[in-house]
Amino acid sequence: MIKKWQLILLGIMVLFILSACSDEDGGNEAEGSEGSDGDITLEYWQYAFDSKVNLMDELIKEFEEENPGITVEQTTFPYDQYNEQVAAQVPAGNGPDVINLFYGWVPSYVDSGYLQPLPQDTFSHEEIENEFFPLVEATKLDGEYWTIPTAVRTLALFYNKDLFEEAGLDPNAPPETWDELQDYAVKLTKAEDNGRIEQSGLAWEPSQQGHHWLRDGLTYQAGGKVLSDDRKEVVWGEGSAGLEAFKYWLSFPGELGTSEQGFYTDDVTAFMSEKAAMNIDGSFRIGTLQSDAPDLNYAVAPLPAKDEKSTNASFWTNGITSDVEGEKLEAASKFIKFLTSEGVMEKWLDATGELPAKEAVAMQDKYVNHEIYGPFIESLPFANAHFFIDETKERDIVIDAANKVLLEEADPEEAFNEMVDSTQELYDEYWSDK
Amino acid sequence: MKPGKLLPYIALIIGAVVMLFPFIWMLSTSLKAPMDIFNLNIIPESATLANYIEVLQESMFIRWFLNSVIIAVITTVSVIFFDTLVGYIIAKFTFFGRKFLFIVILSTLMVPVEMLIIPWYMMSSELGWTNTYWGILFPGLMTGFGVFLMKQFMEQIPEDLLNAARIDGMNEFSIFFKIAVPQVWPAISALGIFSFLSNWNAFLWPLIVTESSSLRTLPVGLSYFSSGEAESQWHLIMTGATISVIPLILVFILLQRHIIKGIVLTGMK
Amino acid sequence: MGEGYFPSPFFTIRGYIMEQLKSSQDYDREYDKKKEKVKQKAPFFYKLRKTHKYQKYFFIFISLLLPLIFYLGIRVMPTLFTFNMGFREWNLLATGERPFVGLDNFVALFQDEVFLKSLLNTFIYIVIGVAGQLLFGITVALLLHKINRFKGLFRVIYFIPYVTSIVAISWVFQWLFMGNGFINDVLINIGLPPQPFLGSPDQALYVIAAAMIWQSIGFQMVLFLAGLGNIPQMLYEAADIDGASPWQKFWNVTVPLLNPTIVFSAIIGMITFIQVSFTQVINMSSDGSGGPLDSTISVVVYIYQQAFQQYDMGMASAATVILFLFILGLTIFQMKVLTKKFDY
Repeated sequence: MIKKWQLILLGIMVLFILSACSDEDGGNEAEGSEGSDGDITLEYWQYAFDSKVNLMDELIKEFEEENPGITVEQTTFPYDQYNEQVAAQVPAGNGPDVINLFYGWVPSYVDSGYLQPLPQDTFSHEEIENEFFPLVEATKLDGEYWTIPTAVRTLALFYNKDLFEEAGLDPNAPPETWDELQDYAVKLTKAEDNGRIEQSGLAWEPSQQGHHWLRDGLTYQAGGKVLSDDRKEVVWGEGSAGLEAFKYWLSFPGELGTSEQGFYTDDVTAFMSEKAAMNIDGSFRIGTLQSDAPDLNYAVAPLPAKDEKSTNASFWTNGITSDVEGEKLEAASKFIKFLTSEGVMEKWLDATGELPAKEAVAMQDKYVNHEIYGPFIESLPFANAHFFIDETKERDIVIDAANKVLLEEADPEEAFNEMVDSTQELYDEYWSDK
Repeated sequence: MKPGKLLPYIALIIGAVVMLFPFIWMLSTSLKAPMDIFNLNIIPESATLANYIEVLQESMFIRWFLNSVIIAVITTVSVIFFDTLVGYIIAKFTFFGRKFLFIVILSTLMVPVEMLIIPWYMMSSELGWTNTYWGILFPGLMTGFGVFLMKQFMEQIPEDLLNAARIDGMNEFSIFFKIAVPQVWPAISALGIFSFLSNWNAFLWPLIVTESSSLRTLPVGLSYFSSGEAESQWHLIMTGATISVIPLILVFILLQRHIIKGIVLTGMK
Repeated sequence: MGEGYFPSPFFTIRGYIMEQLKSSQDYDREYDKKKEKVKQKAPFFYKLRKTHKYQKYFFIFISLLLPLIFYLGIRVMPTLFTFNMGFREWNLLATGERPFVGLDNFVALFQDEVFLKSLLNTFIYIVIGVAGQLLFGITVALLLHKINRFKGLFRVIYFIPYVTSIVAISWVFQWLFMGNGFINDVLINIGLPPQPFLGSPDQALYVIAAAMIWQSIGFQMVLFLAGLGNIPQMLYEAADIDGASPWQKFWNVTVPLLNPTIVFSAIIGMITFIQVSFTQVINMSSDGSGGPLDSTISVVVYIYQQAFQQYDMGMASAATVILFLFILGLTIFQMKVLTKKFDY
């Protein structure tokens, strides 16, 4: 008996010693690689998304060949834990030199001093404003550009051609107006006697793209807007456009009964499994549809509009962290400059389905007339990217407002006003520190 | 069989169906082609092993698997050894601060791991433990859970049994190993299962502390299949989850014999 | 309640237990040996005891050395660090200083409806979850104790949910409970109206709690099997001699002797729910963050959001302090109540 235990004890000790040794080695190696030969090593972080990660590996090789003396190390983390991973490194003084962030997160990162403004000698404001789509201004804060994207994405209407035909609709004439969209959605919905939806005309998920559609799509289409130009006032409630958009948005799961939250777990799943005939989704979905649902017979159209055209745009964007300086800062600027070059933008579109952030690259004929990318690119000139102070909270406020109406039968106008007020509170809090 | 004897079987079978149903659903999803997983049939129309091949080929699955085994085994051995010892001492000895020590150890369980991650990371970074096996496993080496469990079971050992051994001239270490430990095998097995499982499934800390993909554990590796904004690859997640359950079931089958063995009063040979 | 209803068989059995224990064969033999030795070595007896005492403290010291270092360094210090941060303002992404702000964070917490809601929800999760786990865990263990065939198979089946990945299985639960899911199909087939389940602020919490119970029955079963294995079979035989009914046997032999396991299960069930209530809620709630309308948010989800979405470590730490006190209070309460009840 005792011998067995002694053995185990011995085993533990050996393992402790082994692991202690192995980390010493690891530590030395890491230190050695940085300082030894005057090379600059840039640490680049982005979230784990296969096509982006693979493309980035190629791009890094290309960049390193063009710029001897600079090495770039790519590290990726799953989307869900990305912020957490960044946050854990800060108190320990570690982390990336160049970081890829969702644009909606940038204000909190800037606010806490995590990022530094892009150096103006490489990224002059004039150049950015001339070449890029104006929506990149969403990360212009305190008069500085803090980040710059390679690519942007817009929302458009995905529709299932087979289900259109089945319902007697022309698969080459997607809905173009608000009324048409409602009309089509009703025609494409199949419900059982007990009210259960069997097939949804329009997938409707406020927690996915739904809140973006409401904010940057419907509100602007009705002639309203969400934020004042100085980004301090939530003007969503001024005039009737905001409320009109909100009511229209809710009409699908509400009085029309064409949609249901959580229908086949989420909008993408419902659309892929042909349970939902239409969905409002982003260009980033094309790759997934190709790989996971290759037989799905679908097409894409610009968002149905009302008085004006508008759609939502969003982007992942590159910034430099605040303690990068000297030669390293130069290298980091060079790297971002490379990432936002025309050639990379074209490669990026081919590999990931995200649209070029520079107008001249995006508006080339080969892209505008592209069967799938066309409708997304066409929408770019009138796309809006809402300036988020806190993407999660603003999303939750919209979801809560919708649920109050749908689940607790609150008055839409009251729920809408409450939503506007809570959003305003967030902005007041943000600006009060300035 | 008499109806009275049949009744437990019927109850257990009904329960078993409820317990197994979601699991079988998961299993069947792992056998479906990506397009088919949205069909609600339990039996896949055309079962395929493509998902398994994809998981095994397109990721460092084997490596992650081995990492998980190494980490779960080391931590489990350590937890069993130390927690049994500490539980025994708290249950069977009186010394200054005993109750306080117990409360402190127990209360370490009452802080969510999410909040310990930042201090742990600061510490690991200072000591160069990040991105190492040691960094992944150090928080799991002992757990208040085990101390509590072993204390509960050790308390049931009759005091006279230990005293008799003392008078026999056995030293305290032998008493612990030869007399106390054999009395609580069922609890030790339960602790082993618990510890293996919780370290096998540990996610947040191993994710935070590792950077290189060769150090990832299984749950961390699998989490890369669900990439939030873009659609999660459910067919691969289900496949990975199914594969990672198998060793746990094996460990359980191996250890369950001990759980039911019960007390055998053969401590003194 | 056992005492009130069945006083006499209880005491008989109890007496018998003591007798049986004392006269157990092994024990007897050792007892005699011990007596003999004491008689033989009487002159050395004091010396023996003295060395024993030194040896004892040496043993305690050596054994506790590493664990003490571990618990202090890896658990207690980080916890105190977190508690300290509860009284400070700390933006996690900022590198500057962390000014002391007194009780500001706590005041803000108690003014936050969502936090209060999360506290209440956590309490409900614990009450339902722990009660459900214990009940089903004991039942399954007892049933398994009763049968002779297929024991091993059933044990494995009931254990499987406990080892299955929460993320994967949460997705399956979403499928089962969605509007067009399997559960609603069953409801319709037996003539009941379909339910919104996870989409409803009134039902979502219970669906998630049920999933938590489903997942933890297996481990409770293992614990109770270990506990049942600890009860000497002779006690039941003794009770049979006394003519006790199965119910009496349960209340007067099984429950009292299972008490340490019950205390443990109840407390550990509650404590582990802190962690479980995070993963399950994140993966099963309709918006992935405790919805709809915050009806399923738990304190840990709240803490997580504060820390890693708002980067407000001060608030998150303060909420951790409150959660800690809350759980500690419940634990002490449980220990008092549960240990007293069967403390004879």
